[in-house]
Amino acid sequence: MRPKGGHAKRVAASSLRSRMDKSVSPYIYIAPFFVLFAIFGLFPLGYTAWVSLHDWQLAGDSTFVGLDNFAALFADPDFWNAVANTLGMFVVASVPQLLIALLLASLLNRPLRGLTFLRMGVLAPMITSIAAVAIVFSQLFSRDAGLANWMIGLVGVEPIDWQADKWSSWTAIAVMVDWRWTGYNALIYLAAMQTIPRDVYEAAELDGASKARQFWRITIPMIKPAVIFTVIMSTIGGMQLFTEPLLFGQGELSGGSLRQFQTVAMYMFQQAFEEFDYGYGSAVAWMIFILIVLVALVNFLVSRRMSGVDK
Amino acid sequence: MTTQVRRGLFAAVALAGLVATAACGGGSPAGEAPKAGEKIELVVKTFSKFGYTELYKKYEAAHPNITIKEENIAQLGDYLPKLQQWIATGSGAGDVVALEEGILVQFMAKPDNFVNLLDHGAGSLQDKFLEWKWKQALTPDGKTLVGLGTDVGAQGMCYRRDLFEKAGLPTDREEVGKLWPTWEAYTETGKKFVAAAGKDARFFDSAGNIFQNILMQQGDHTYFDTAGKLVIDTNPGVKAAWDTTTAMVGADLSAKLQMWGPQWNAGFKTGSFATIACPAWMLGLIKEQAGAGLTGQWDVARVPGSGAVRGGSFLAVPKQSKHPKEAAELATFLTSPEGQLAAFKAESNFPSSPQAIDDPAVQSFTNAYFNNAPVGKIFGESAKTLKPVYLGPDNQAVGDRVGEALLALEQGKLDAGAAWTQAIESAKRTAK
Repeated sequence: MRPKGGHAKRVAASSLRSRMDKSVSPYIYIAPFFVLFAIFGLFPLGYTAWVSLHDWQLAGDSTFVGLDNFAALFADPDFWNAVANTLGMFVVASVPQLLIALLLASLLNRPLRGLTFLRMGVLAPMITSIAAVAIVFSQLFSRDAGLANWMIGLVGVEPIDWQADKWSSWTAIAVMVDWRWTGYNALIYLAAMQTIPRDVYEAAELDGASKARQFWRITIPMIKPAVIFTVIMSTIGGMQLFTEPLLFGQGELSGGSLRQFQTVAMYMFQQAFEEFDYGYGSAVAWMIFILIVLVALVNFLVSRRMSGVDK
Repeated sequence: MTTQVRRGLFAAVALAGLVATAACGGGSPAGEAPKAGEKIELVVKTFSKFGYTELYKKYEAAHPNITIKEENIAQLGDYLPKLQQWIATGSGAGDVVALEEGILVQFMAKPDNFVNLLDHGAGSLQDKFLEWKWKQALTPDGKTLVGLGTDVGAQGMCYRRDLFEKAGLPTDREEVGKLWPTWEAYTETGKKFVAAAGKDARFFDSAGNIFQNILMQQGDHTYFDTAGKLVIDTNPGVKAAWDTTTAMVGADLSAKLQMWGPQWNAGFKTGSFATIACPAWMLGLIKEQAGAGLTGQWDVARVPGSGAVRGGSFLAVPKQSKHPKEAAELATFLTSPEGQLAAFKAESNFPSSPQAIDDPAVQSFTNAYFNNAPVGKIFGESAKTLKPVYLGPDNQAVGDRVGEALLALEQGKLDAGAAWTQAIESAKRTAK
């Protein structure tokens, strides 16, 4: 304790530094994310909005047209067809996907032999290249020599031209999506299930509740946050569905002879990169954004209601 | 979460690309003259098969300071959007790009994106090309030459000898050619074939492919008139080609395969179709897909109807090339009569240079894979009398819409009348 002027100054300086450290450095630590987000997230978002207000052709010829692109979009039957396809495929794919994932998770949550192997196994489809997945499934669902047609042929059903109809193409694409994503969702549910205390189930058992009843009254309500998370994530994925239908249709952006399985993302890509109408493509991109927000909101409300009593 | 995000990545990349493309449009760097003896790499962008491998080696041997790298995209449909992005963003197009005649028109609208080959001494080469081929890549004022012609899509009709024999049809290519002086006669032959072949094979691959060939014989323009106006619903040639095609589909002649798809590719080998209208450039593809096991089973006869060109390409030098002088020299070499001869021998791409067409090497050239068919003579007969067909700026996209309507007809989703309405309406929306 030697009260010297220099020391006091040093103390003041270091306390300033430590205060600065406390108040400023957290922001510096998180800055990389926000800087990257601003460059790769926010800027493209804003710029796309700007482009969508223009008649923007190849090589940057552009004239400001206000909301004309959006007006045209609302009257565009191909766009609404794509919206209906996207929502349809989302329902056809996501509902069974999440239900099967729940079932799978509750099975994996039991003491089984080779549990780690099984748990890893459900992730295998995830690490498969998506292009490989699409090529294999396109073969399975091919009209002339596909495994799917051979199998339904065994029970006497006529071969199906899977790409020709909405229901058949949606089914094929949904199978592709589900094969890939069910395991992922199952693991998320499994992680949530393992946080549920055992004694809750023991108490239920003592009260004579059946396994099924335990599942619906205990498991589901208690993993509600995980359910909501997966629902919103599949909504985002479903609304942006692109690669599976594209490769199912052999790379044609039209998604079938009558656009049977053209999604909004494919329509956006087609407008921007096949017909070189960047302004219109950007307007579609913004509609996808709005669509995701709307559908995610609806799903959030529904799944919150469905999976138990509000707190 | 990252995995779910990855699911949307493609769309996100597309979105970012959208922005980047739009943001960077405009200026392209001017080339700097290289110092003498400096090592230069020239990048050549192509689609499908150009057959230049031997030519590159020869050129590199003669120019020790130059190395050539070809970047190939198999399908024109995948190549076009990439090329559009490279040209629009001013980077990525390399030094020499291939332009197919159907997409040339839209690039001709902005000749400033390309080096004027007349500035690099191309003016003296005019008599080395068929006149109309030369003019296709020349701006209307005659001052800017965007590209030099490579091949012309001279037409033939490829057929499977073994399938013809099984169906009791002649197999000799002269006699086969006599079976179909017109498309109507071709349809009648097809009916006989299908009656004999039963369920195993159809007569041709896809309605879209046949339609394209008939269409290209219907005068000097197709979907667009020479002023660039969409005339798909008023041009009688389009409707005539459509009616001929739908009659064939009605007679169940089509194998209903989507062109370029895996089943179409496999069909060359499995024999799901017995004939395919084949422009010269398709021979290389057939050989590759059908495989060595079918050597001598595919053959080439004359095409029904009279003449017609389908496809054929040009080489151009984008302004963004850092070595425009060397690139122009390479393009000149590759499109020279000697270059065209070499490409013809490698992949049967038919020359657009009269000197090359008249060359005994072409006239007497036979293709061993195609039962020693004298392909030089077959394609050469029509090539010099060919008349150019004007294709509008949105030709590719409109053609896709018409092809989809024909596919819907083949799938039984629409009848011929409804498919025609569908084709016209979606073409109008596309060309808006």
